[in-house]
Amino acid sequence: MLRYTLKRLLSLVLSLAVASMVIFAVIEIAPGDPAQFMLGVNAQPDTLAALRAELGLDTSKPERYLAWVGGMLQGDFGTSYTYRTPVAGMIADRLSVSLPLTLYALTLSILLAFPAGIYAASRRGQMGDAAMMGSTQLGVAIPNFWFAMMLVLVFAVNLRWFNAGGFPGWGKGVWSGLHALTLPAIALALPQASILARVMRSALLDVLGEDFMRTARAKGLSRKQALWRHGLRNALIPVLTIIGLQVSFLLAGAIIIEQVFYLPGLGRLIFQSINSRDLIVVESVVMLLVFVVITVNFLVDLAYALVDPRLRSRT
Amino acid sequence: MSLLEIKGLNLSIAGKPILRDVDLSVAKGEIIAVTGESGSGKSMTAFSVMQLLPDGADTTGIIRLNGTELTTLPEPQMCTLRGGQIGMVFQEPMSALNPVKTIGDQVAETILIHDAMPRHQARARAHEMLARVGLPPDRFSPSRFPHELSGGQRQRVVIAMAIALRPSLLIADEPTTALDVTTQAQILDLLKGLVREFGMGLLMITHDLAVVANMADRIVVMRAGEVVEAGATQVLFASMRHPYTHMLFEASRHHVNLPQKECSEALLSVQSVTREYRLPRTRLFTQAEYHRAVDGVSFTLKKGERLGLVGESGCGKSTLTRAILGLEPVQGGEILMNGAPVYTEHGANLNVRRAMQVVFQDPFGSFNPRHRVARLITEPYHLLPDPPTGSERSDAVAEALRAVGLSPDDAQKYIHEFSGGQRQRIAIARALIIKPDLILFDEAVSALDVSVRARILDLVAQLCETHDLSYLFISHDLSVVHTITDRVLVMKSGRIVEEGSTDEVFSNPRHPYTRTLIDAAPVLPEIDPQHRSQPHV
Amino acid sequence: MSRGLWIGACLTGLMLALALLSLVWTPYAYEKLDIPNKLMAPSLAHPMGTDHFGRDILSMIMVGIRTSIGVAVVAVAIGLAFGIPLGLLASQRKGGWIDEVIMRTNDVIFAFPLLAMAILITAVFGPSATNAIVAFGIFNIPVFARVSRGGALSLWEREFIFAAQVAGKSRLRISAEHILPNILGILIVQGTIQFALGIQVEAALSFVGLGVQPPTPSLGRMLADAQTFVTIAPHIAIFPGLAIIGIVVGLNLTGDGLRDWLDPRIRVVRT
Repeated sequence: MLRYTLKRLLSLVLSLAVASMVIFAVIEIAPGDPAQFMLGVNAQPDTLAALRAELGLDTSKPERYLAWVGGMLQGDFGTSYTYRTPVAGMIADRLSVSLPLTLYALTLSILLAFPAGIYAASRRGQMGDAAMMGSTQLGVAIPNFWFAMMLVLVFAVNLRWFNAGGFPGWGKGVWSGLHALTLPAIALALPQASILARVMRSALLDVLGEDFMRTARAKGLSRKQALWRHGLRNALIPVLTIIGLQVSFLLAGAIIIEQVFYLPGLGRLIFQSINSRDLIVVESVVMLLVFVVITVNFLVDLAYALVDPRLRSRT
Repeated sequence: MSLLEIKGLNLSIAGKPILRDVDLSVAKGEIIAVTGESGSGKSMTAFSVMQLLPDGADTTGIIRLNGTELTTLPEPQMCTLRGGQIGMVFQEPMSALNPVKTIGDQVAETILIHDAMPRHQARARAHEMLARVGLPPDRFSPSRFPHELSGGQRQRVVIAMAIALRPSLLIADEPTTALDVTTQAQILDLLKGLVREFGMGLLMITHDLAVVANMADRIVVMRAGEVVEAGATQVLFASMRHPYTHMLFEASRHHVNLPQKECSEALLSVQSVTREYRLPRTRLFTQAEYHRAVDGVSFTLKKGERLGLVGESGCGKSTLTRAILGLEPVQGGEILMNGAPVYTEHGANLNVRRAMQVVFQDPFGSFNPRHRVARLITEPYHLLPDPPTGSERSDAVAEALRAVGLSPDDAQKYIHEFSGGQRQRIAIARALIIKPDLILFDEAVSALDVSVRARILDLVAQLCETHDLSYLFISHDLSVVHTITDRVLVMKSGRIVEEGSTDEVFSNPRHPYTRTLIDAAPVLPEIDPQHRSQPHV
Repeated sequence: MSRGLWIGACLTGLMLALALLSLVWTPYAYEKLDIPNKLMAPSLAHPMGTDHFGRDILSMIMVGIRTSIGVAVVAVAIGLAFGIPLGLLASQRKGGWIDEVIMRTNDVIFAFPLLAMAILITAVFGPSATNAIVAFGIFNIPVFARVSRGGALSLWEREFIFAAQVAGKSRLRISAEHILPNILGILIVQGTIQFALGIQVEAALSFVGLGVQPPTPSLGRMLADAQTFVTIAPHIAIFPGLAIIGIVVGLNLTGDGLRDWLDPRIRVVRT
């Protein structure tokens, strides 16, 4: 198990290193000089040179890359070109909205999908299964941002159960924060829950066809007992993969859906930065997204090993 | 009164009749064998008793266990019976256990699910049962997972699960078919011992008459969903009233007459060949370790010779086959075909490969389903510098198909239109088409029913006459190798441990491993001469 | 053929027909402004109503579907063109250095969420439909590489491939002659699913301004515009959304139906 963990950890570090190089290289291609951009076209050559030195733009590319990575490792993401404030602080502020929203949606997705998938699999080919599969087919197809608009229309505009948008901040208590994130979380979770429910169902159906399920029945377990005691844990392996993928989809979805609800999350930060060509912020946010994806993959790999003893002993 | 009584059992699945009017009974302490070829319905009979049938199954008739009618028993009561009164052992030990639970837990589950005793007692009973089946907890920790055990050991776990509550009836569905012959003998002994000790009835399903010949009290022979003959083992073998029983018996120990050949010229020469695989590293910074799959093997196959290679799974047979075909390099020694190496530094030596072809085990997986037979069997033409075209080509296809007993019209069909035996004939046609000097038969008859196997063996013998074949026949099945080869090699853990003329090795084995193999192989009883259609040579 | 496949094929066919029809005819010119008639509810003259500039929504949706399909088709084609050869090449020697290089590169691409890729490309090269296509196309490459490698690897274990090797055929030739035709089924299914995903991706990227730029109509852009007016004229948001759902459901049903019809055992990568 320790060797497995170390090996995964090594591959995590390598992936992060390669991804950071790719991001850095792409940003480097961007035309234009950030210092010129910050000071405007009429800047004096000497102030320009001073700012370039201050931003570290006068050094070679490998040096700049190492400085960037070294800074990130110490929590220093550089200074925003437009706001002249530390990027790390800006991202941290925005993450306090986007991250809870992602986790809220992930929890909803799992809570909806597991019972739905198990229900459909245990009633394979019956009405309940067909109805469940039909509605997930629809759920998969609904764009979350459109669904968000419809939720606003019904629950905020007509029923007035929720605000149409905005975020009070966590300072006003956890409850009001969660209340403000509820509609966005539902809009994000429903399409993902539909996918997860379908995967859960097909993973369970695959396991139900395995020889050891027949063995379990021969021991005297009822269909239901066999499903719960032997089916579920084996079906978890493919389901974990999809849950891992969903984290990155939910985070990306959160960035988009924040636009509908006027939430002060990463989404607004990143689109403002793109418009103002604040490339250092873009660079950092993209690195952050990639970091989350790679880390979640690592955690999923560890979860595999907990579920499946065959992975623990092999390589 | 019988323990299990089946009367007039009919079964259909989705309207398709599977069983017709099946009668059989098992008494306490009795071993009943149900035998027959694939499609005979023998396994479905077993699953009918368990009431574990596929969806859409419709049963009529009587299945009584200790006087309780099972066909109409509600599912909850049936669950109580399963594992409690009836235990079952399956064919595939590799997949019959849940990979994510420990073996101790899986055995204990049988006890716990029936609320037979509290948890700690159940655990103790599970350990006791594991010890009884030959996995004592001090040597085989119950906290192991199935993947840490061999096939034979897993089958022991499955048996422990089945007998944990000392059921009155044990059903074993081909319990040793997936196992090596020495392991098979141990599992059969274990089952026999358990029946005697617990006084259970054993309903054993098998395709192999020899396996049950000296084990079963009574034998039930099935064909196409019907019982064709049943009786006490000795009586049944002596009388064989039904021609199908007779045919099964004869096919199981089928003997072919190979034409006599004078062999002197060396065709294939394998000289101290070693083949190693790199093992996955166990530590990060140690030297890579190697597994020696083939270890210093030397032998010569002469022109016209029929050489056998026997050994159990994992002995290196398949690796050796791949090396002989020049598909993989060897790490030591040399393989020469007609005096030229089969593998050069640029890869396989196709000039040499031209003289070799191979016939595989799986009649279903060895053809591309998207191609017609004509294209399938002419694939080896790729090896020729100027392969025949036009009518010359179609004549060659027709000739090859005729040689294996098929019609030239079959050339335009797809592979799914043929049965397993016919596919194996097509595989032989594919091997013959470029008139190779040597054919490798890699477990070529192992997946076939006994009657089909007998006919394919006849075909091979006949081709020896007409096509002057030389071959290397690789098999785990001693009786097949016995009849189809002149000389035999016995392989164990990558080495050839014995070599000699087939008759000599089988009648007078010198190496202890060869003796173990031969002793472990189940044999049919000798019966009176009037039933012998083929004289022993 | 199952009922799902029929419904899916009909729905997809209908959407395709609408898109093709828009090349030669739409009820109104989609770019024609008609401010006096803005935000009109659905009526006989405008079956889906008009938007905040008085443009006919049905006409815009017809052209928007065309845009979406165009973006998705090109992006899937990029994925197929690069992914299949790479996957087949990787499968030829499992664990060999070519396999390692291809699969590790794939892993790195896979680590970029689609949105991150789109953000990166847009930040450097500016927002455009082409850049959205490139981002989704790159995203598709590892998807198809994995699917074809997975399918091919199981085939390489089969005896008929072994037989072809014994017949002296090179690995490249076996890949083309035996492997590719036998994985076409799963590739078609995965292609359908990526196509459906492409429709959704185009809509999402255009919605946040990273995709199709005005004046080209796009379903995602229509929804972005609708956001301001959705409370007073819900129809301008409802219809483009339904159009997206229609295409995606149609394609997904077709993909699932094809999978069951071709081979119930094949598995696809759902992302």
